[in-house]
Amino acid sequence: MSMDAVFRALADPTRRQLLDSLYARNGQTLNALCERIDMTRQAVTKHLAILEEANLVTTVRRGREKEHYLNPVPINEIAERWIGKFERHRLDALSDLKKRLEREEP
Amino acid sequence: MSDNTFVYVTYIRTTPEKLWTALTDPEFNRQFFLCSYQESDWKVGSSWKLIFPDGRVADSGEILEIDPPRRLVIKWRNEWMPEVKEDGYTRCTFTIEPDGELMKLAVTHEADGPHRLIANVAKGWPLVLASLKSLLETGKGFERPPSKG
Repeated sequence: MSMDAVFRALADPTRRQLLDSLYARNGQTLNALCERIDMTRQAVTKHLAILEEANLVTTVRRGREKEHYLNPVPINEIAERWIGKFERHRLDALSDLKKRLEREEP
Repeated sequence: MSDNTFVYVTYIRTTPEKLWTALTDPEFNRQFFLCSYQESDWKVGSSWKLIFPDGRVADSGEILEIDPPRRLVIKWRNEWMPEVKEDGYTRCTFTIEPDGELMKLAVTHEADGPHRLIANVAKGWPLVLASLKSLLETGKGFERPPSKG
């Protein structure tokens, strides 16, 4: 369960897309995830396994279905390791400002 | 598929007993739970409360299941945001499973229907669990007060 595994998992655009898909709708089955991505079922399964290995995705069995949940805990661990608690407030403010400015029409 | 469930997992280098104590002891709680702590006598049917650092009750409920140091299920309702309180009770399940030298801690927070608390805790749990891991592995949690946003 190393940070290396987390960074490796995040280094791939398809895997980030899968995480985005789970962020939009948590608890999706493999079928549901495949519907939203232009890729073979096998490839999606492989990417999900890498995400699970890195603990970025966790699965729950409900009957015959396996649901996939986004697990952002390792990302928080990374953030806490490199972003001190004092910088955090300033970064939050900057990130809020960026969001506000980008929302406004030019 | 469920929009009203979140499952968070962290792997912590510790023992089941230490992890259980961290989860249920108020002094331990304060060091990783956004400076808040829980109040309960930890028996099935006992009342349960999560208390903010300033003494206000953040959430309240009841112990539904308890099997130290393996499993804890809490009936959980928000108390400090009227519109969230209105949505009623949720269920929060903690499970601890040894996985080699690590303890796998899973927190499942779910509601029976759409519930505003679930979106709220979704912001809190990842931080609390990362802080708990840091506390147990390095002796130091994040000591951050809860954000009121």
